[in-house]
Amino acid sequence: MKRKSVSYAKWGYIFLAPFFIVYCIFALYPLISTFYNSFMDYVVDRSTVGGGWGTSSASTAKETISFIGLDNYKDALSSNETLVQSFWNTVIMWIIGFIPQIAVSLLLATWFTDLRLKIKAQGFFKTVIYLPNVIMASAVAFLFTCLLQKNGALYSFFEPIAGKDLSLLDKVWGARGTVGFINFLLWYGNTTILLMAAIMGIDPGLYEAAQIDGASPSQTFWKITMPLIRPILSFVLVTSMIGGLQMYDVPSLLTKDNGNPSGKVMTLIMEIQQRKDSDVGKACAVCVIIFIVSAILGVITMIGLDDTKDKKKKKRRKAA
Amino acid sequence: MTGSTEVVGQSTGKTSLLIRRIIAYVVLIFLVFISLLPFYLLFINATRPKNQSGIRWYPDNALAGNWRKLFAGTTRVAFGNVYKALLNSLIVSTCASVLSVYFSALTAYATYVYQFKLRKIADGFILLIMMVPTQASAIGFYKMMISWKLTNSYIPLIIPAIAAPSIYYFMKQYMQSSLPLEIVEAARIDGCGEFRTFNTIVAPILKPAFAVQMIFTFVGNWNNFFMPRLILTDREKATVPLILSSMSHAGPVEQDVGIFYLYMVLAILPVIIIYLLLSKFIIRGIALGSVKG
Repeated sequence: MKRKSVSYAKWGYIFLAPFFIVYCIFALYPLISTFYNSFMDYVVDRSTVGGGWGTSSASTAKETISFIGLDNYKDALSSNETLVQSFWNTVIMWIIGFIPQIAVSLLLATWFTDLRLKIKAQGFFKTVIYLPNVIMASAVAFLFTCLLQKNGALYSFFEPIAGKDLSLLDKVWGARGTVGFINFLLWYGNTTILLMAAIMGIDPGLYEAAQIDGASPSQTFWKITMPLIRPILSFVLVTSMIGGLQMYDVPSLLTKDNGNPSGKVMTLIMEIQQRKDSDVGKACAVCVIIFIVSAILGVITMIGLDDTKDKKKKKRRKAA
Repeated sequence: MTGSTEVVGQSTGKTSLLIRRIIAYVVLIFLVFISLLPFYLLFINATRPKNQSGIRWYPDNALAGNWRKLFAGTTRVAFGNVYKALLNSLIVSTCASVLSVYFSALTAYATYVYQFKLRKIADGFILLIMMVPTQASAIGFYKMMISWKLTNSYIPLIIPAIAAPSIYYFMKQYMQSSLPLEIVEAARIDGCGEFRTFNTIVAPILKPAFAVQMIFTFVGNWNNFFMPRLILTDREKATVPLILSSMSHAGPVEQDVGIFYLYMVLAILPVIIIYLLLSKFIIRGIALGSVKG
């Protein structure tokens, strides 16, 4: 080190400052207070029923806060609460969307990158399948409400043809299926492009070798593509799971906030929004549960990614 | 074995390739169809008059009438100020995306260029918090905003955007690939201040990365429903998704789907136009930003 060199370290701190100050105030502190309040019996009593437009009656609210330990969590996990149901709803609707999403994306990504198949107009196809992803999820959900609800456009088109009641959104599996389908529609383009990038990163020599050895397309797919894109697949899986936990816009707009039919389309985030002004303690407990589940999922991917790296290193060592 | 079957293999290979190609195109065209159909129906139905039932497959003549009704006083009474909501969304999304891209790039620059004690820790910390969903701190955030009397203001929607871990990560990667430290050194020797170096020398180099992330954060904020729903209750302050939500609560009497469709068109049109103009950059951006491997 030169003795006379000027230290620029101070500038590092100055440039970091806005980010960290804002993060601590607007994210870290609220996170801690959410954890803290999840151990509190924190109930707000209102003379008027809150929610919806123009309810600024905060002055009439009476807050009662007292420490109750883990009771919020126990309550949240007990059967007389809707929270467990909402959790399973979220999981089910995520699965309904994710399975076709990953299947279609894998198929499209292999086709787009297949050198023998030579799909034409790839730019056009990619642009179109990614399009739904940039569009406002609440608008897409509302559009489907208008199309599918009783006397909606598609409803009144198909009902005379089918000759029976087709009000999809009034049936549990109809509504769940619609949420899953919208999620599929919004995300399959994104996943396709991620997987394509991963597949194009694979050494083309491997595919050439497979072709020379007479491997069929499905063998190439299962024996070469799949093992080599595993890290990206697990990344897609986990980000999709974390995103799925946060599912809100689509079911909320589709069911007019009430999660009906019979609360089977309610998601965890909808519960948080409903309880934010009344049942604060339990809403905080839900937040903490979302935090913990995402953290676990995050750690699992980290470990998964590290594993594949380690294996690669070991292989390299053996080769050397 | 190889010599005799190779010819046969090639010809069956050709037909099977043809079949696979046909299947691929059929599936792709089907997917294009289901991806575009909802939006086609949306645009067509924005032109329908109120009392018409059933579906429309081709444009009607009520577009002008729907437009007038959408911006009329009655709609404002029923669902909120639809025109102002578009402006509100524009203001919030623009401010939030500019702030988050600029300050996250500045943060990435700090850990990329400067050597200081907490550098590694800061870098690791930001990667760690990238995993934390916003929803996890939602109630604490909401309560804090109530006690600071900031509900119904845009500050909680704009200022937190300054700390955007994913943009930090993207910027850092971009700097590692295309910002040589020699440029910073040269600027120092020429007597350029640190802050000025970033604004006048580094920022122009980062322009492509700025552009990609600006688009993503703008679209993300424009489409955001969760945060505005948490913070805003005043109808005059509502953003576009909130108006859509209040429209979805409409009863059978006030229901006029023609104007709903038209407003959805207005809600998604800006993003569609940006997307179609820049789709090449956007699609490249997704692949770049997310392959963290």
